[in-house]
Amino acid sequence: MITAERKPLAEIIDSIDAYKRILLVGCNECVTVCAAGGRKEVATLASALQMDFMKRGKHIDIREMTLERQCDPEYVEQLAPYIDQVDAVISMACGCGVQEVVRRFKAKRVYPAVNTKFMGASERPGVWAERCHGCGNCLLGLTGGICPIARCSKSLMNGPCGGSSKGKCEVSSEIDCVWQLIWDRLKELGIQDRYEDVIMAKDWSTERGGGPRKIVREDLAQ
Amino acid sequence: MKTDSVLEKVFKSGQIAVTGECGPPRGTSVAKVKEKAELLRGYVDAVNITDNQTAMVRMSSFGASLILKQMEMQPLMQMVCRDRNRLAMQSEILSAYAHGVNTMLCLSGDHCKFGDHPMAKGVYDLDSVQLIQMVRKMCDEGKFQGGAAILEPPKMFIGAAANPFADPFELRVARLAKKVKAGADFIQTQCIFNLDKFEQWMKGVRERELHKQIYIMAGVTPIKSVGAARYMKNKVPGMDVPDHIVDRMAKTPKEKQAQEGINICVEMIQRLLSIEGVAGIHIMAIEWESAVAEIVQRSGLYPRPKV
Repeated sequence: MITAERKPLAEIIDSIDAYKRILLVGCNECVTVCAAGGRKEVATLASALQMDFMKRGKHIDIREMTLERQCDPEYVEQLAPYIDQVDAVISMACGCGVQEVVRRFKAKRVYPAVNTKFMGASERPGVWAERCHGCGNCLLGLTGGICPIARCSKSLMNGPCGGSSKGKCEVSSEIDCVWQLIWDRLKELGIQDRYEDVIMAKDWSTERGGGPRKIVREDLAQ
Repeated sequence: MKTDSVLEKVFKSGQIAVTGECGPPRGTSVAKVKEKAELLRGYVDAVNITDNQTAMVRMSSFGASLILKQMEMQPLMQMVCRDRNRLAMQSEILSAYAHGVNTMLCLSGDHCKFGDHPMAKGVYDLDSVQLIQMVRKMCDEGKFQGGAAILEPPKMFIGAAANPFADPFELRVARLAKKVKAGADFIQTQCIFNLDKFEQWMKGVRERELHKQIYIMAGVTPIKSVGAARYMKNKVPGMDVPDHIVDRMAKTPKEKQAQEGINICVEMIQRLLSIEGVAGIHIMAIEWESAVAEIVQRSGLYPRPKV
C-alpha cells in the first residue's frame, strides 16, 4: 500500500487559515489502512480544526467526506454537489488523491493534510516499512524475493557494503541490512551460490529516468 | 602489462606493493595537498586520493590527483557511487586518464547521513561492482556503458575494496569473487586489526584461488591514541578493533601512545606479509601522513622498487 503520515496540525491550519468553509476529504483505501487519512482521521482532524478556530474566536464550517478511492475519477465526482459551497478542500489522501481532486475541480484550492511516504507493508500493528521502490523492472526473482533497491540504504544490487554489522545497516540500528536478509534467504533456499551472479547496471529508464510514467492498456482504454 | 600504472608494474615484478592515502582538503589549498603528498614521496608506489570521504565535501579526487601528477607522483583516484551517475563517472574517468591518471579505486561510498550534507540525495545509479564492470568495459572493449565506442579508450588499472570484517562474514569471500568476476585488478582491504579474522578470510580466498586472479593489498592504520582506538572500535561502521589492541594502547603512557601505535602497525605488517596471497600493504595514516616513512622503513619495505 501507499503509506502516509498526517502533517502537523499547525501546518494544516496555516494553509487554510484564511478560509471559512472547508471540504475535508478522506480516502477509504491505503491511507485508511495506515491510519493517516481515513474516515476516523477525517473526524479527528475536523474536531481539532474546529477547536483551534474556536479558541482563537474564529469560525469555520467543515464538511467531512471520505471517498471510496480518491485516486479514481468515478469517486471524486461525488464531491461535485458540494464543491461550490466551500472555499477550499483539504485532502487526507495520498498525493495521487490530492491531484485527482485538483484535476477535476480546477478552480478550487486543494491542500494536502498528509505527507505521502512510501510503498510498504505493515510489519506489526502500528509499524509500516518500505518494501518497493517502483523501479518498473522487478528484480525480486534474482534476490530471493527481497528488494535491495527499496531496502538497501545505497540501493546496492550486488551485495552488502562494508557497513553491514550484526544484521543491521550502518545508517541506523533500526534498519535491517537487506543483504543480510537476502543472504539468509538464499541459504534457506539452498541457492547461496546464486549470490555470485552479477546483477548488471540497472536500466533506470523504467524508473524516473524516462520522465513521469504512464501505463496504457489498449484493451481497456476508451 | 595492461596499463602504464606503476602499481601494476610493482605487482607484476613480484615485489610487495605499498600504497598510502591523501585526503584532499576542505577548501582550495594546493599547499595542503602537496604537504601531505610530500610526506609519502618515495615511501609508497601510489597515493590513494579519497573521494569526498565520510561524505564531507572536499576538493575532488580528480582535482587533487592532478596536483600529484604535477608533483610527478602516482595518484590512485578513488571514485564513489554516491555522488555521480554513470555519465559523470565516465566523463571523469576520461578526463583523469587524459591527464595521466591510470590507476583508480571503485567504491560504494560512505552514506550521506555520515557527512556534512545529510540532506543530500545519494545517487547510487551504479553500485561498486557495476562501476568496476563499467570501467573494465571502457578499457577492454573501448565502449561506454551505454554501448557507444570511445575515441581512444582509457587504460585504467582497476582497484576495488573488500571488508573482511563486515557481516555477513561467510559472504565476504563470495563478494570478493564477484569483484574479480566484474574485472577488478587489485583489492585494498579495510584496516586490519583483527588478524585472526583476516587470516580466516584469506584462507577462504586461497581455497578458491582468488589470490591468483587479483592482487590483494592488506590495509593497515596506525592508531595515534587510545581515544582513537576506542573511537574506531565503537563508532566507525565496519571496523573490528580487538580489545587487546585497545588495552595495549591504554596501558601505554599518553606521550608514548603515538609511538606504540606505529609499533603495532609495523608488527601487523610483518605478520600480514607472512600470509600467502598478500601482494601489498595499503597504509591509511589518516591525518597522520608523517608516520608513513617510519612504518615503511621499519617494515622492510624501503626503498621502493624502481619499475
